[in-house]
Amino acid sequence: MPAEYSPHCLDIDCDAEISHIDLRMQEIVLQQLRRRGVIIAMSGGVDSSVCAALAVHAFGRERVLGLLLPEHESAGTSAQLGQVVAEQLGIEFLTEHIGPALEAVGCYRRRDEAIKVVFPEYTSAWKSKIIIAGGSHAGMTFFKLVVQTPNGELQEKRLPAKQYLQIVAATNYKQRLRKAMEYYHADRLHYSVIGTPNRLEYDQGFFVKGGDGLADVKPIAHLYKTQVYQLARHLRLPADVCNARPTTDTYSLAQGQDEFYFGLPYEKMDVALWCHNHHRPVEELAAALELPETAAARIYADIESKRRTTAYLHTPPLLIEPVDLPKLAGA
Amino acid sequence: MSDIRQQLRSYIEENFIVSASASLTDSDSLLDKGVVDSTGFIELITYLEERFAIEVRDDEMIPENLDSIDNLTTYVDRKLQAAATA
Repeated sequence: MPAEYSPHCLDIDCDAEISHIDLRMQEIVLQQLRRRGVIIAMSGGVDSSVCAALAVHAFGRERVLGLLLPEHESAGTSAQLGQVVAEQLGIEFLTEHIGPALEAVGCYRRRDEAIKVVFPEYTSAWKSKIIIAGGSHAGMTFFKLVVQTPNGELQEKRLPAKQYLQIVAATNYKQRLRKAMEYYHADRLHYSVIGTPNRLEYDQGFFVKGGDGLADVKPIAHLYKTQVYQLARHLRLPADVCNARPTTDTYSLAQGQDEFYFGLPYEKMDVALWCHNHHRPVEELAAALELPETAAARIYADIESKRRTTAYLHTPPLLIEPVDLPKLAGA
Repeated sequence: MSDIRQQLRSYIEENFIVSASASLTDSDSLLDKGVVDSTGFIELITYLEERFAIEVRDDEMIPENLDSIDNLTTYVDRKLQAAATA
């Protein structure tokens, strides 16, 4: 039986971890992919900020280009904090406002059409977000649309399937257009694109296929969110980055990742995923999170359910017949 | 009730692409069998409300009502009877 859970089981040796990531990133980008440097989209959040700092560590600041990619509904602090990090790291950075492109493809219009079916009085002056609800059984969850009128009044209604899917599909344009911009600069410079998911996001499928899920190298996909915060502090990133709570920065109303997807704060999700990955019994997770065993069992079931339902996001295009191709050097 | 059961089975088999080899019994859990995921679940709710003209309340979204063809049949029948006597 593997080690039991302890409050220190997520502690890492930051220097050793950084050396390990350095070596692997150099192997992957320079030798296997044969690219000269890396592109990193910087949201001002802890994941992309740590990835940028790791990239500078691995390749030097001359081989890292930061991109700030705000849109009309980005939190004002996102691009601002991304710029602070880029300046602290001493890397070149560019701002590309993707709002006009999102307007052109109908991102906001298509989303608002779906919202108006649920709230006919909704206008573009209102704000909105989706929250997860239910959860009495893994997978038996549903979604609510929360809107805020211009005078600050909040209203919420359960989302029918068609409108839920249309809102998600429309907002996914944000991640996909950002990625298109990242690859424009990667192609122009012969660079690789860094993907910034942490282990929770990667394992549980919290990304958009062809959007933030698309990348050439993902340096922190093996690290729990708690460990990413440890690296952020070790790398002396700004306090606003090290102390920020994870958000989606996708909807016009502020939205935490826990209220949209995970259902638990990241500290607890980390513990749950660690215990699940180390085959710890339900009673041990219940004790670690100070929850009833029935609740801990539901968390395990939800982890497995999310893995099943998002497996297709990880799947590359499937072929009718296998086609032999040369492997990457050193792969 | 058998008509409700048959309608539910047809909808689930067609909409969630249940193959004949999956051999879904009326008592099987739709979630545990991987027939319905979280998006499928809200599609199922929308179907129930539109097809049977019932309102599924938030507090009724529990496995005991919705997680098998047996449970769905009993739940829909109960809601329709309640509406008829209201």
